[in-house]
Order: sequence, then structure tokens, then C-alpha cells
Amino acid sequence: MARAAIQRRLTWRLAEVIEVVKETPRVSSLVLRAADWPGHLAGQHVDVRLTADDGYQAQRSYSIASAPEHGDQLVLTVERLEDGEVSPYLVDELRAGDRLELRGPIGGYFVWEADMTDPLLLVAGGSGVCPLMAMLRHRAATATAVPARLLYSARSLEDVIYRAELDTLALDGGLRVDLTLTRARPPGWTGFARRVDREMLAQAAWPLEQRPLAFVCGPTPFVESVAGSLVDLGHDATRIKTERFGPSGGSDGD
Amino acid sequence: MAIDRGEARLDGNACAGLLAEIFGQDLTAARGACAGCGAVGQIGAQHLYGYPTGPGAVLRCGSCHGVLLVVVDAGTRYRLGAQGLTWLEIQKRG
Repeated sequence: MARAAIQRRLTWRLAEVIEVVKETPRVSSLVLRAADWPGHLAGQHVDVRLTADDGYQAQRSYSIASAPEHGDQLVLTVERLEDGEVSPYLVDELRAGDRLELRGPIGGYFVWEADMTDPLLLVAGGSGVCPLMAMLRHRAATATAVPARLLYSARSLEDVIYRAELDTLALDGGLRVDLTLTRARPPGWTGFARRVDREMLAQAAWPLEQRPLAFVCGPTPFVESVAGSLVDLGHDATRIKTERFGPSGGSDGD
Repeated sequence: MAIDRGEARLDGNACAGLLAEIFGQDLTAARGACAGCGAVGQIGAQHLYGYPTGPGAVLRCGSCHGVLLVVVDAGTRYRLGAQGLTWLEIQKRG
């Protein structure tokens, strides 16, 4: 099953938009149904291609945020970048019933499966939480006992994607969610209130001897800083998987 | 220079679709060896420049930043340069 999802030949296919869910002022989730979807692994992405009337094409990659167990529905969570060529269309213009050209699932590197039993450490900057959410949803759907921690950096509480669902997931006791709010905090906020740094990781990440498997996703400067800090703390670099989103410019925890 | 600015950089993972189109299978979990420094790593973990907004993709070693792989989109064909890879280990399809 896993192999099939990775090795199937890539072809462009049409997906139908079932629903567009507003997650935060700048982020929406697209619920899609793709005919003959072969299934995916948590952490994989799709390429989305838009074609203008004159034939001009623009292509971008978006992480799949839904669990593999979600059936033939696929959720992409997209942040609108102000100068973006593709994301403003996806977030602002797309409606239920529209069709979208995509190919996937893609990627065999930044992938977590429930049979990987080491403690799971997820570190997200802004919309970098999307592929990590697929992992947490996969973890919940398989009811695995793998303990997990998520450290999630956002500018403000309003910018936290999947906030209600994260609260619910964290009720199971095997998952700890730490938020850090880098710009604005609600009154009485007692959580972290700065950019992710080495000291914060020492508190929020697993102790070294637990040998966690780490996935770090966010804007490039965020990912490089977090991965560097984890290595400085003594974590094994080969057990830290990273996915860089590119320039900072959204609701990330810059 | 763009190459010195961290924000210009993505991971090899981001060109997984392009490489799958060329190789017919996922390449991001495949291991390769850098001809410059000898580091061995997975393609998905190396540094990517120029994609998807440029005319191709340049993959550089995460350790020494030497060029591993260059893909140029030349319209009706791709041109692949792999001068920076001593070897690349590709999964057999069974």
C-alpha cells in the first residue's frame, strides 16, 4: 500500500472542489475529491497547476493536510501570499464545484507512518503545520500509542491553523501541543511568546535519550534555525527531516 | 547573491514532482553521494534553487553546497546534468 502510493506513475488529474473552509483570515482549506485517487502517506504533497486562458501555466506544491484514512477526499490548506501567483486564486476565488488540476501524491522523504514507533517531534512555523497536521491526523486515525509533541509558532492566536482540532487531539494525553505566539498575545497568555530558540526546544522537545524522530516545516529561515538548534542540543541530524516552504512572508512565526 | 540568502532555498523534496516525471518514480527518498565532498544523503534533504519559478532546478549538496544535479526545462525535453553526483541509488520497481 505504502509502496504503491510512492511508486505509482505521476499523472495530472482533475479534482473537484467539495468545500472551501476558512481556517484563519489568510488561510483556507480546500476539500477536494480526486477520481481514482491512489491514496497518500502523511507528509506527502501534490503539485497544483493553473492554466490561464492564453495557455500560461503556473505550478506550485501544496502539502496534503488530511490523513491517509480520509478516503477519496483530500484536504490542501493554502495560505494566501500577497504577491502570490497561485495562492490568491486558490484562497479567494475557488468555489465548491470548481475543478483543479493536480498530480500526486508526491514525495517519499518527508513522510511519517504510524509504524514508526519512536517519539514524534513536530515543529511548525506558520502554515508549515499543514503536513504535520496530516501526521497528527494519521496518528489519531490509527490510534497508535506513539507519543507526539508539536511545537507550533504563529504570529497570533488568530493565525493558529486548526486550533480547535489541535485542542481536541491533545486531549488524548499522548500528544502535547505547545504554541508560541511571536507578535500578539491575548490577555493572560501564559504560553511561549517569542521565536523558537534553543532554550524553547530544550523545554518543548523530547529529551535526547528518547531519540525522537523530528519533522520541521515552515519558512526557510525558520526551518534552518530550528534544525540547527536541535543539532546544537545534541539531536541526531539524520533523524531531523526538514521541509522548507521558501521565503517568509505569511502568518509564520517569523 | 541569491545563493547566500537562505530564503531562496527550498528542499529537494519540493521538486519531487519534477523528478518523478523524469525518473518515473519518487526520487526524494533515494540516496546519492556528492562528488565534491563525499557526503551521502537523501535527495529530498538537499538544497533546491530555481524551482518552481525558474526555468529548471538546481540541487546543491546540503553539506558543501556544491552542485549535485541540474534540470533544465527546454520546452519539449528536459536536460539533466548530474556531474555532482558520484552515485545515485534508485529503488527497483517490483
